[in-house]
Amino acid sequence: MVALGEVDALFDVEEFIEQPQRRFSAARLRSVAWWRGIVLFCTGAFFLIPIYAALRFSLEGPNGTGFTLSAYTAIPSQAGFTAALWLSLQLAAATTVIMLVLMVPTSVYVHLRLPGLRRFFDSITIVPIVIPPIVLIIGVLQVAPTFLKSTPYLLALEYGILAMPFVYRSLDAGLRAIDLKTLVEASRSLGGRWGSTLWRVVVPNLRSGLLSAVVLTVALVLGEFTMASLDLFQTLPVWIYNFAQDDGSVSTAVSLLALVLTWIVLMAISALDLRRIERTAKTRMDAGS
Amino acid sequence: MSALPLPRRRVRSALAGAVGLVPFGIYTALFLVVPAAAVVLGAFRSPSGGWTWNNIAVATHGVYAHGFVMSIELSLLTSIVPGVLGVIVAYAVFTSRRGPLRRVVSTASGVFAQFGGVPLAFLFIATLGTTGLVTRWMSTLGFDPWDHGFSLYTFFGVAIVYTYFQLPLMVLVITPALEGLRPAWREAASGLGANSWHFWRYVGGPVIFPSVLGGILLLFGSALSAYATAEALTSGSIPLTSIQIGSFLNGNVIAGEQNVGKALGLGLIVVAGIVMFFYSRVQKRASRWLR
Amino acid sequence: MTTTQRRADSAVKPQGATVELRGLRRRFGATAALDEFSLTLAPGELVALLGPSGCGKTTALRVLAGFETLDDGRVLLDGRDQARIPPQKRDMGMVFQSYSLFPNMTAQDNVAFGLRMRKVGGAQRKQRALQVLEMVGLESEAQKYPHQMSGGQQQRVALARALAIEPRVLLLDEPLSALDAKVRVQLREQIRVLQTRLKITTLFVTHDQEEALSMADRVCVMRAGRIEQVDTPSTLYAVPATPFVAEFVGTMNRIPGVVEDGRVRLLDTTVDIRTAASTPQGNRAPETAVDVLVRPEGLAVTASPSGRGIVMTTTFLGSVTRLGVLLNDDVLVYVDQPNSAAQVPVGSAAEVTLRERDVMVADRGSGGGGASAEGVVPTVGDTIS
Repeated sequence: MVALGEVDALFDVEEFIEQPQRRFSAARLRSVAWWRGIVLFCTGAFFLIPIYAALRFSLEGPNGTGFTLSAYTAIPSQAGFTAALWLSLQLAAATTVIMLVLMVPTSVYVHLRLPGLRRFFDSITIVPIVIPPIVLIIGVLQVAPTFLKSTPYLLALEYGILAMPFVYRSLDAGLRAIDLKTLVEASRSLGGRWGSTLWRVVVPNLRSGLLSAVVLTVALVLGEFTMASLDLFQTLPVWIYNFAQDDGSVSTAVSLLALVLTWIVLMAISALDLRRIERTAKTRMDAGS
Repeated sequence: MSALPLPRRRVRSALAGAVGLVPFGIYTALFLVVPAAAVVLGAFRSPSGGWTWNNIAVATHGVYAHGFVMSIELSLLTSIVPGVLGVIVAYAVFTSRRGPLRRVVSTASGVFAQFGGVPLAFLFIATLGTTGLVTRWMSTLGFDPWDHGFSLYTFFGVAIVYTYFQLPLMVLVITPALEGLRPAWREAASGLGANSWHFWRYVGGPVIFPSVLGGILLLFGSALSAYATAEALTSGSIPLTSIQIGSFLNGNVIAGEQNVGKALGLGLIVVAGIVMFFYSRVQKRASRWLR
Repeated sequence: MTTTQRRADSAVKPQGATVELRGLRRRFGATAALDEFSLTLAPGELVALLGPSGCGKTTALRVLAGFETLDDGRVLLDGRDQARIPPQKRDMGMVFQSYSLFPNMTAQDNVAFGLRMRKVGGAQRKQRALQVLEMVGLESEAQKYPHQMSGGQQQRVALARALAIEPRVLLLDEPLSALDAKVRVQLREQIRVLQTRLKITTLFVTHDQEEALSMADRVCVMRAGRIEQVDTPSTLYAVPATPFVAEFVGTMNRIPGVVEDGRVRLLDTTVDIRTAASTPQGNRAPETAVDVLVRPEGLAVTASPSGRGIVMTTTFLGSVTRLGVLLNDDVLVYVDQPNSAAQVPVGSAAEVTLRERDVMVADRGSGGGGASAEGVVPTVGDTIS
């Protein structure tokens, strides 16, 4: 016989893994099932067919027949590829660090001390989305001191501006999900100073918000073309553009790789998060909470 | 403590409150405000250093005016259509109880929403280009779109490509709003005699409408700002404001019009400002209901 | 009844239906949320489903409403099987735990919603909505939006909304749980008064036994998907059928004892409880370890230097004072003393006696099924410490 405590925990676990559990009656679910299938199928097709088309194209042998990996094997040897890839990865890491170091304390601070400013912040963080990077880079190139302009760090700093809305929203969502005020007050009443409160209490509870922020930042940096090209740094997207050849195979291959690379990074980060959730859920179940 | 807070106290605590925002403020000022200001001011400067309206005049006529119109048309098309489709997709995913599907879609949306520029262009050339896969499929069925006036490198072609990142963006934006729809509302409506249609018409629809509107506004801003994809596909064959700005940085400018690019930038900023204003108004309503 | 009340009442003229739940079974994964659950509600009756979290009470309610499917069993309304009838057509009013008002509509529009679904015309709809709002005393808030109202007000509007459609059955899913204590008590009364006047058959789910006992005509105590006991509140309290019910409803002391020769010897003292020969008590073998269950008001405590009990705590409960007395350094029992009696201070030695009441005997340490309740009659004044 199942003890009552276990029943509670089982329901909790389902919620945990499946995200906010919605209780829809089975009858209603059945009626939307077919319509949903069509929508998902069409959407899946729209997004997957171009990938498939590119894949086929990049694997085609000369004269459009046969199957060859020559497009892919040729990539590493192309001039500038490795350097561009490395630069992009470094920029992604740098931007992520900048964003987290800046935005985590800031959003925690806003949530705690200045809740009235939250809506102002929501608006402020839209600004980088709607002030186009193309406009931004014009201004930046005009006013930036030369010592900054000659390093990629300028780019990382500007990417931070571009990523800020996504980072803030992810952190904000994560902060809203936990009861920040109570956690912080509990920690401080037990003697925790601000630094350790932030690091040991807030951040661990913000895992999914942080993850989401990192994921979106990395995706953004790996794909950003406008500012990098006009700032004259050869990141991966810029390299692809400069390298575009008329035969297209290698360019298409690299384009696919760029997509796959981004995807892999993001999946890995998400998978890490999922494993943590499952581990936590299992602990709760075993403890019969 | 006295009944009324002393004004001095209030100012002091407000200042103290603002202290925590200093790093953020500095960062934003340096890397956002200053460059933006440079553009705005530069729009009114002549190459010789004085103030002038000439840049604005050039920017609002002829090929540049045409560019603005095209940009806005393209943005409208690629915000409304993918916006509505995005809501439908998000709802389809949301009502599916399968956790893995949701996770996949969530990650996918994040990836695709940022995917653009040259890689995306190449994907679509391989798909809908003159010898693209889908083009070939359609030809074997007897209908070659390129023979009938379609081109990937024109307005509609670009719009289709834009959908590839606009739709996921909408999914990302609207999913939290959908999750804010309480099941109790649906069940209460059911108990009171409402079927699906009634629920969406009277409760669900009105409640998420502000969020949908907000999402569309966001998509509009995003499409307006887009540069890389259009550049990769068209290399300037369609007049679009962002492309035109880019050409100023590339150095092919008519003498005396060096700052027209900044005037164009100012124009984009103005439109963006209007969009942002309405967006924040709409968000206020949305957050109140979906709390 | 005032004229206002009479006029307001005329806005809703329901007739309570007979509700029959027969043999309901529902599993979620490996857990049985409902296990052979059968209950009948007479017209106009208010039945409370009471039990701890996860016992299946909410599931039973949602099955009745049509939001959950059944693995087995039938739901009958006035004899008609509801299996194929979707929630929209079941003609039941439902009040949820919280936040169920449509946020984009005023109170009046919320209440009128069900009428709109029934194609009642605009002006008539608004008027009837106002009348129902009057019934719950909120006609002045008719134009307010949910986010402008307090929790208690929202729930009253939710109640009005459910009543506006003149349902034959009213379903309440822990409607008071999210409210402040004081508001809870007020609303509890209001619901009961309305329900009685309108004679709607009502099913009320709660985990708060005080709520259930004070409001219901009958209370159904549930545990792990099964019914432990269904009875009037007073019977439930006085004659609990199982130790689980005894301990869930009200406070119950557990005192270990040993069966002896047709009696129960408590706490290894010389005092014992005589049992009537006809009780099943006699079926237990001698030396069987048992627990005697007795309520705080079934015990009395007096200060006594020779007593072997020590008063450990006193708790002022308003109408009585509850003393926690440690017996034999081993068992803590709670004894209720009227405030008028001389209070025994904490730390003093005391003597605990049994009053003349029925007590229950159960197997030692049992909390689950298997133990039966027997009434035994103690000798008046038997001291147990």
